[in-house]
Amino acid sequence: MSLIAITEVKKRFGDNEVLKGISIDIAPGEVVAIIGRSGSGKSTLLRCINGLETIDEGSIVVAGAQFLPDEVHLKALRLKVGMIFQQFNLFPHLTAGGNVMLSQMVVKKVPKKDAEAVARKMLDRVGLAHKFDALPDELSGGQQQRVAIARALAMQPMALLCDEITSALDPELVAEVLAVVKELAAEGMTLVMVTHEMRFARDVCSRVVFMHQGRVHEIGAPEDVFANPRTPELRQFLGVQ
Amino acid sequence: MTYHFDFGWLIESLPVLLKGIRITVQLILIGAVFGVALGIACAWVRALGPKWLRPVVATYVELIRNTPFLIQLFFIFFGLPSLGIRMSELTAANLAMIVNLGAYSCEIIRAGIQATPRGQFEAGASLAMTPFQTFWYVVLVPALQRIWPALSSQIVIVMLGSAVVSQIAAEDLTFAANFIQSRNFRAFETYIVSTLIYLALAILLRQLLAGLGWMLFPRKASR
Amino acid sequence: MTEFSFWDILRNLLLAARWTVVLSLVSFIGGGIVGAALLFLRIGGRRGIQLLSRGYIQLFQGTPLLMQLFLAFFGLGLFGIDVPAWLAACVALVLWTAAFLAEIWRGCVESIAKGQWEASASLGMGYLQQMRYVILPQALKVAVPPTVGFSVQVVKGTALTSIIGFVELSKAGSIVTNATFQPFTVYGLVALIYFALCWPLSKSSQLLERKLNVAHRNH
Repeated sequence: MSLIAITEVKKRFGDNEVLKGISIDIAPGEVVAIIGRSGSGKSTLLRCINGLETIDEGSIVVAGAQFLPDEVHLKALRLKVGMIFQQFNLFPHLTAGGNVMLSQMVVKKVPKKDAEAVARKMLDRVGLAHKFDALPDELSGGQQQRVAIARALAMQPMALLCDEITSALDPELVAEVLAVVKELAAEGMTLVMVTHEMRFARDVCSRVVFMHQGRVHEIGAPEDVFANPRTPELRQFLGVQ
Repeated sequence: MTYHFDFGWLIESLPVLLKGIRITVQLILIGAVFGVALGIACAWVRALGPKWLRPVVATYVELIRNTPFLIQLFFIFFGLPSLGIRMSELTAANLAMIVNLGAYSCEIIRAGIQATPRGQFEAGASLAMTPFQTFWYVVLVPALQRIWPALSSQIVIVMLGSAVVSQIAAEDLTFAANFIQSRNFRAFETYIVSTLIYLALAILLRQLLAGLGWMLFPRKASR
Repeated sequence: MTEFSFWDILRNLLLAARWTVVLSLVSFIGGGIVGAALLFLRIGGRRGIQLLSRGYIQLFQGTPLLMQLFLAFFGLGLFGIDVPAWLAACVALVLWTAAFLAEIWRGCVESIAKGQWEASASLGMGYLQQMRYVILPQALKVAVPPTVGFSVQVVKGTALTSIIGFVELSKAGSIVTNATFQPFTVYGLVALIYFALCWPLSKSSQLLERKLNVAHRNH
């Protein structure tokens, strides 16, 4: 059974239809890369899965939780999928530890002591146990993004959505973040990531989705998609003749 | 509540109201033009003007910004005559509004000037312009454009504040309202009507200033 | 008629200035409470309520405070209450202050990056939780300088209550002037007392703002 079932999803911004009927099923433990030009709708699709955008038609079901735009359903959906953002979006007034603890305490009502234990464990998992008391300002971009990953993991989601999580990083900091993601994939975490890191997509992902003008243009195993692009659009995007 | 609203007096009071509106409009137009001009001059002094003049202007700005307009008005109208400076109610009202807006717009415009990239001054200097020429031809218009919304709000605030000039018997809209309500004994209705007129004037003035900004400042030819 | 020395004048004005301070405090605190409620309705409530609170803010920002004072004074009278000047003054100033503070604070809340809303939403927080734990702690820091700055407007705004007969600093100024025939001295002193009340507030607002900007630049 699929963990994330996206069926015939359509999304319009005014007159502009950015998603024109998307259907993808994602099984537990899968690592899916979504690639495509900017404006192809890939980020919008990801944001829909987390309920940050409403959808106009179709359905999104995550482990039995249907996407409906009211607070109860949204919360149920968001407890199942975590999201990592391009701009990290750490809470600047809280320490790294505080960032990881807040939603556990507020949303899941976990007692402070337990939340702190989980936070320390998660920060350790992303290699930042020693930065528990650091403010986001005092961390590098790569470190901030790893805290953001720890923050999402602390909610024990069934899947993680990664929206161009290395695009805002200096090149030398990309590797440390991807290493963490790779480890998560190895541990069996379901990942859906919009990415520009083609090598990473080829090495780590189980499936690659190429989006073009609001549709799934090609989909398949990375070997196929990268080695034998079937459409001229994908060939052009990959820069192969 | 058994109160019965009565707006029957409105027709016969119209001429008085209209005169009040005319005076209020006249006050803010004169106040805005000269007040902003004074503000530009003061902003120039504070940013680029002669060093000895800067503290003088700074003191003026701080004094005005930290005292009520009503007291400024009273000081000008009641206080200055003891120095032999006498003027009519309207002149005093105008002067008070100009002095008041001058101080506020000085601060607003100065912020606009300070936000000017250094390169603009350097480019002007490299073209052999004097500092004043650079200010006047290069810096001022973009600076005004930057702070136009804030300046517009301040002009509206001064217009609304002008209601107190009725206290020195300048015959503005509020003066007219006071006069009418003393005749018709319908204070609440009279002040509702004049409040709504002020609201309309504020909206109109805001539109006017937005339109003026649109005319005054260069825009991208197409978007 | 008794002779007024300079010190008599000053003493009388300072005594009246106490009421300016009290009225300012009441207006500012009351306005803060009403303003906070208004803020929540303005940004979080249903669409109809949002429009209503927006209308309220525009009405109070778009009309003279003096008119609001008159309307409070004569409007409350319609309920058959004999309205003392201080009551009308408090009501009008609280409502007026609330409108401005709500608008100032809305700007502060909106200055918080959209990503903060999205990140907290993605972690499953509801609107009130987002506000309470993520947005307000950040917005409050930004809000301090302009809020302190606006307190100056409140102090100056209390001067208008003299016109409906509340005896505070400005009214005392008029009374003392009528008794002494020294308008230049009296209104000069009145202005200086207002200045002494307002300038520290203005200055600290500026300093706080500068401090905040420095902190932001280090991001």
